[in-house]
Amino acid sequence: MNEEKEIEEQPKPLVLQKLEEHHADALLSKDETRGTVVVVIRKEQAYAVLEYLKTDPELAYTFLVDVTAVDNSQMESELMQFDYARFMVVYQLYSYQGQCRLRVKVPVHENDLNTPSVTGLWQGANWLERETYDMFGINFEGHPDLRRILMPDDFEGHPLQKDYPLRGRGERESFNFDKQNA
Amino acid sequence: MQGGVERATGEKMVLNFGPQHPATHGTLRIVLELDGESILKATPHAGYLHTGFEKLGEHLDYNQYIVVTDRMNYLSPLSNNFGYVLAVEQLLDIEVPKRCQYIRILMAELSRVADHLLWLGTAALDLGAFSVFLYSFREREKLYSIFEKTTGARLTTSYTRVGGVLRDLYDGCEEDVRQFTSDFPKALKETHTLLTRNRIWMDRTKNVGPISSDDAINYGLTGPCLRATGVAHDIRKAEPYSSYDEVTFEVPVGSNGDAYDRYLVRMEEMIQSCGIITQVLDNMPDGPVNVEDNKITMPNKSDAYGHIEGLIHHFKVVMDGHGVQPPKGEHYCATESPNGELGFYIVSDGSGTAYRIRIRPPSFFHFQALPHMLEGGMVSDTVAVLGSLNVIAGELDR
Repeated sequence: MNEEKEIEEQPKPLVLQKLEEHHADALLSKDETRGTVVVVIRKEQAYAVLEYLKTDPELAYTFLVDVTAVDNSQMESELMQFDYARFMVVYQLYSYQGQCRLRVKVPVHENDLNTPSVTGLWQGANWLERETYDMFGINFEGHPDLRRILMPDDFEGHPLQKDYPLRGRGERESFNFDKQNA
Repeated sequence: MQGGVERATGEKMVLNFGPQHPATHGTLRIVLELDGESILKATPHAGYLHTGFEKLGEHLDYNQYIVVTDRMNYLSPLSNNFGYVLAVEQLLDIEVPKRCQYIRILMAELSRVADHLLWLGTAALDLGAFSVFLYSFREREKLYSIFEKTTGARLTTSYTRVGGVLRDLYDGCEEDVRQFTSDFPKALKETHTLLTRNRIWMDRTKNVGPISSDDAINYGLTGPCLRATGVAHDIRKAEPYSSYDEVTFEVPVGSNGDAYDRYLVRMEEMIQSCGIITQVLDNMPDGPVNVEDNKITMPNKSDAYGHIEGLIHHFKVVMDGHGVQPPKGEHYCATESPNGELGFYIVSDGSGTAYRIRIRPPSFFHFQALPHMLEGGMVSDTVAVLGSLNVIAGELDR
């Protein structure tokens, strides 16, 4: 009883209050750890929520710190929690207006790797989404130039997927520049 | 030079800049589309130094991964070591002793100065100022001697450990560092006299590669490149970690966000870092440098050799699957590295190896924003702008 009271007394971060108010239907889960608010949102509303977070004058999450993904295929508990979505696209946001750090996660199923691109909101998302595509195979819809960025253009596979072996699949043999140019 | 060169008549030329070019300092490539001498389009290409650091993180244990962090921004490996172990420690919910925090600040600030010095030397060298290169390397050498004496290595320092540092400072470290901080401002003044009011330097860098603060934020620029646009944001101030709230320093900002401002901001940051170093030395607390938890840090050698308990702890810490095991969870930890926000996003499944490690490298964003700064400029500005951004291929491609 006492513990519950203590939790209630802590002020709720503004971003959580506002998200619950305006985008309650998009929220799949919410959490606060080590000063960071973590929310999981539905893919369908991801763009709208991120746009809201960026443009709301009080929140003003104008700085997209990072976009990446996690392959949860070997993390049973995460898989179960979010309807067996294999990938989790992770956005780290920062607000120069003093709001707490925010982590937005979007579950993406293996049989539908499309998720909306946020390049229209942040220029910096361009390469981050390219890297996430390169490493995980997530397809960002609406991205102006979704190509590989770190791996060679003719590379097959996505190295940060959990079923990709650490030492590769022998692709180095195919680095034949004469053949590529022919 | 007045008004730039007249536009040639519509004929485009494609110029391949890099991957091997003296001004790229690493393997970067930019494809420039030129009309005469003006740049119509610049397309940066990354990935030449991709080494799979994030994949490696899923196979090495938490202490083994420290050696990988050396190789990210190889100009300031101590800052990377620091940022990484801080993320792991926050995931473990432990706080290292005060002395350790101070030693880490000391090393991080020294490496910030070393990083900026190398940047200064090479950026000036690219624009033809050879003496500056020699001056800054002379100073940097003193720092590298200190690093070598402290960590045992000049480049691959691997100084931090989860829960502490490799070893305490060596005897006489304080004198060496104090000698440096008292000599260094004078040495930096020499560089100021060489460059700051130098006509050629100003012509080559003023209003070259400018970016507005809104665009800089939109592109995700951080560190000196962001502060040069006038945004006074420094993670050491905004979210103080590891006792940074106990030292005072100023956050220098520019106004135009051009190459010249980035130069001035970095120059002032070195002086501020010297101030932090002096404060850290003045207030250096005594005590242990490692957390006193033998499940996380190595026991003393005498314990490991002399007591069965010490031996067991030693064994447990180094054995695969018995060492540092953060609880299941995830954490993103950002630190102010010399280049900007260096973040580590670690997902732990409760085992001794991270489930996923993501590195947020500042250079990735700076290199991405390069076309924005180059397009419309002159081809000779490429070197000046690229130099001013300090793109490090090791952390760009990881």
